Parts: sequence; C-alpha cells; structure tokens
Amino acid sequence: MKKVLSSILGLAIVLSVGTSLAGCGDTTSSGKVTLKVYNWGDYIGENVVKKFEDKYNIKVVYDTFADNEIMYAKLKSGGSDYDVAIPSDYMIKRMINEDMVNKIDFNNIPNYKYIDAKFKDLAYDPKNEYSVPYMWGTVGIIYNKTMVKEPVDSWNILWDKKYDKQIFMLDSQRDSIGITLKKLGYSLNTKNLDELEKAKEELIMQKDIVQAYVGDEVKDKMILGEAAMAVVWSGDAVFMKKENPDLEYSIPQEGSNLWFDSMVILKNTKHQKEAEMFINFMCETNIAFENTDYIGYSTPQTETKKMLSADLLKDKAAYPSDEQMKICEVFEDLSASIKDYDRIWTEITAK
Amino acid sequence: MVKKIIMKSYLGLVLLFMYLPIIVLIVFSFNESKSRGNWTGFTFKWYGELFKNSQIKEALYNTLLIALISALIAVVIGTFAAIGIHNMKKFRKTVVMNLTYLPVLNPDIVTGVSLMIMFVFIGTFINMKLGFFTMLLAHITFNIPYVILSVLPKLKQMNKHMYEAALDLGASSFYALRKVILPEIMPGIISGFLLAFTLSVDDFVISYFTTGSGVSNLSITIYSMARTGVKPTINALSTLMFAGVLLLLFIINIRSSKENKKRNQFNS
Repeated sequence: MKKVLSSILGLAIVLSVGTSLAGCGDTTSSGKVTLKVYNWGDYIGENVVKKFEDKYNIKVVYDTFADNEIMYAKLKSGGSDYDVAIPSDYMIKRMINEDMVNKIDFNNIPNYKYIDAKFKDLAYDPKNEYSVPYMWGTVGIIYNKTMVKEPVDSWNILWDKKYDKQIFMLDSQRDSIGITLKKLGYSLNTKNLDELEKAKEELIMQKDIVQAYVGDEVKDKMILGEAAMAVVWSGDAVFMKKENPDLEYSIPQEGSNLWFDSMVILKNTKHQKEAEMFINFMCETNIAFENTDYIGYSTPQTETKKMLSADLLKDKAAYPSDEQMKICEVFEDLSASIKDYDRIWTEITAK
Repeated sequence: MVKKIIMKSYLGLVLLFMYLPIIVLIVFSFNESKSRGNWTGFTFKWYGELFKNSQIKEALYNTLLIALISALIAVVIGTFAAIGIHNMKKFRKTVVMNLTYLPVLNPDIVTGVSLMIMFVFIGTFINMKLGFFTMLLAHITFNIPYVILSVLPKLKQMNKHMYEAALDLGASSFYALRKVILPEIMPGIISGFLLAFTLSVDDFVISYFTTGSGVSNLSITIYSMARTGVKPTINALSTLMFAGVLLLLFIINIRSSKENKKRNQFNS
C-alpha cells in the first residue's frame, strides 16, 4: 500500500514538473500561428473549430466564458491575450468606448456581404467598423397554451394576479428591468432615475405572484409544465417548443429587446489577419449553418437562412417579422448609469 | 425492535435526501433529449459524445492534475507549517493563525481577483503569463490553510513529550520526525489532503481569474455552459467520476477489512 502511494506521488511530481516547465516557456510548435478565441460556452458548431484549423493550418485555442461581465473583467485585467471574442451588443459598445477592440478590415471579410443589411450599422457599432454579427434573437414571453386561454400580447399579463405563482422571470438584470421599462412605455436604455424607480416598484410589486427568478432552468421547467408563462430568449423558446408542443412564444406589442452576439478583434492582438480569417470563416454559408443548427439561435447570414427548414423560417420565435423587429430595441451601454441599475436590481432581488 | 427499525429508516431517509440529486443526475445521463427534466428515452450517446469531446477531456485532465499537485504541495507545506505553529509562543501563534484564517474567510472572488492582479503585476517584471502555473500557485495558496487547520488538532492531541522521548531513545531529529511524529498525525494529513483535493476540484472563481488562455478546468467549462444549458454530456462525466470514487472507496474498504481480519486472526 505504501509503495503504491509513494510511486503515485513520484509520478505526480514528475508530471507536474514536466507540464509546468512546458507551460512556462512560450511553446512555438512547428511555427504555426496560434489564434485565441473567447466565446460563450457551448456556442459553436461541434466540428467548426477543427474545420477551421484544417483549412487554414492555424492552431485555435478556444476558451469559454459564462457572461459578458466576467469576460470583460478578464480582458480588462490585461492578463489574457485573446485575439477574437464574441460578446453581446452593449458590451461591445463599452469595449469600443474603452478602446479594447481593433477596427476590422472588411476587405478581408468577403463573406460579410451575406450578412443581412438589417443587422448592419446597429446602435452599438454605428459605422460597423468593429464587429460582425454572429447570432441574434429577441426576448419574449413563452406560455403554455393549455394554461393561458387569452391572447398574450402585452407585458401586463405577467402582472396578472390570475396567474399567481405561475410566472417565471428571467434572472438577468438588464432583461428583467428592460421589459418592465417597456411595459411602462419607456426605453429600455433609459438613464432617467424616475423611470427606473417606477420600474423597480413594478418588479417589487410583482414579486408576490412570481414563482421564481430563474436562469437556464426555465427551459426544463416550462417543458414539464411547472408554470403558465416565462420570460425567455427566443433561441431557448425554439428549443422548448420542440420539446413541448403546448408552448408558444410571443413578443408583446409594447416592444422588447433585440439582442446580438457579435465577433470582435481585441486590441493588442498579434494576429489581426488570422482573426479576420476566422471571422470570415464563421460567415461562410455552410459553417454558419452548422453553428445555427447546433446552437439553435437565429443566424444573421442570408444564404444560411435559405438552407433552413420551412417550419423554422415560419416560426416567429426564431425569425420574427419585420414589424415585430421594429418595436424591439437593442441594448446600449449604460456607462455611469450602470450603478443605478445595479442598485435597483439589488433592491429587487433582496426583497 | 421498533427502535431499531425507526433508527434504520431515519438513516435511510437522510441518505436518500443526500443522494437523490446524484441519482437523478445519473439517471438523466442516459436521457435521449437534451432536457434535464423530460425523459424521452434510454441512450448511451452522451457517453459516446463525452469521449469525443476534446474540450471536456482536456478540462478534466487539467482539473485532476492541478487538484493532485496542489493538494500534495499544500500538504507538505501545510504539515510543516502546522508543526511550526504548534511549537510557537502565544503571541506569534495568534498572529500566524489569524493570517492563516484570511484565505478561508475571504470571499473567493476577492482572492481570485487580487491574485490575478498580482500575477499580472509580477508578469511585467519577469516572463510569466497567466496560465497553468499561475492557476496551480493560486490553488496551492488557498489549500494550505485548510491543511494547517486539519493537521493542527492532531498535533494538539499528540503527547507533548513524544518527540523528546524519541530523541532520548537515540533517534536523530529527522528520524524522530519521520517515524514518530508523522505517523501520529497521519490521519490529519490525509484528511487535509482530501479536503485540499476536493476544494481544488470544486473551485471556479479563483481558477477562472488566475488561468490563462487555453487552460480551462472542469468548473470553468461547466459554468460557461450556463447560458445555453448544461448538456447531459456533463451528467455522463459526473456519473463516471462518481462511479470512479465509489469504486476506489470500495477497494480501500475491502483491503482495510481484509487487513483487520488478518490482524484479528493473528491476535486470537
């Protein structure tokens, strides 16, 4: 027994010394360029990275993050050296303002012509110099048709006492505060303290009838029929409807949020050309199809859209109509007002 | 008689309460659909996917390697630190113990972010980037206090004069340490090792902030799946890890009961 333990110990020490020595130095293996990509977890087609590596003979180091804020903290510290990142709209605006991203040379991204014109020159990147859209979607209400007999076309239904404890809210600061602002008729990017306080009052009042503030668990809960309605992202709604045909998704008439995850090239990258190659590769029709097929969210690539099944294209959750998109707002960077939102969210969740 | 039944069923209830989530986890690793609540059919496909997924395999390798190495190094440093602290005078002992408690009481995010800032700062002087090595250092850092806290009670329980007695009987100080002190405190060292190992495997926040590009551990990989949903591939991985630990404990228990049997036979 002792001998086994000591031999394991010896092996472990040898391994550790070996790997840490190997990791300490800068390993340049066979002169291949190494591209470092930072993306959301489980947010790329299964073989896409491998295909890119094989096609361009570039090694890809692929890391994942859980949300925008945590990615921002990592990048801001200066300890990481990623080349490409895929944050969300408002975070990109913040990164542009704080000079954390490089301009993209669109001559190196010919596939950009396939991106839908509706998704170019958006508020967070006005002249479209820094980002290329990757995935997009909306925020709306998913409801169980067997439990909700009336038309769902307003955010007010989430405050209806008839559905006591049958409501799930999204455990996401900007989304939950945002839809409440929309319900009250304000912009979901407002910095007006009065409007924010009113939204706070509404959410605190609603807490009595809300079953819970949930994150990813909402999908399983709605599929199993644990509640009548929930606030969700459109991509999740598509998945839920497939698993439970009783579910339906709707974007209320007061308007909602249109969100984008876009690819950016980080400042201080040493591989601008390769980063642009990667972004161009992700916009290729077949590759974009693999991504949207695996992830389940909506693609901004027009040719890829043509490859999708007719059922999916008709699904308003996946691909809303132009009128529905017109009433949706894109999140903007709140800059200093983020403190007010933080304070209000703390007060709401603490009650 | 009735009392025994009540006692056993109470124990059964407590065990069920503790293990039910794990059982559900294991059952749903065989689920056909991606959903974690809706059972649609039996399949092994998530296990197949697990073996093909290089990201998860690499994360698992990193997790286990860092856990093992950081626990071992922390045990060595922690044991000697505990022996030293045990022999200190009151004032110095209090000061050092308060310093030891700091990483335990600090929220993980404070420890993680401050270590990251320190590593980046040091990185401007010497060629050290965030990566495997920095993550290892961070894990050793937060493991050492727990080892000290596990070994110190055992030292207090030990007879004060044991070391002196060993020296009197002719042992050199190193021999006395190796053959007399260490076996006495071995249970504390082992529990310190297991505690450090578990904490290291479990850790997310500190690992996330002190690692560099390309080095991910299991916690980071799983946590990053939060937005899009944790796939049953992770259920499959957890089931295998659970089965592995269960097997290990089973083997250890069988061996120690065999040893006990031999010892009893010898005595009688």
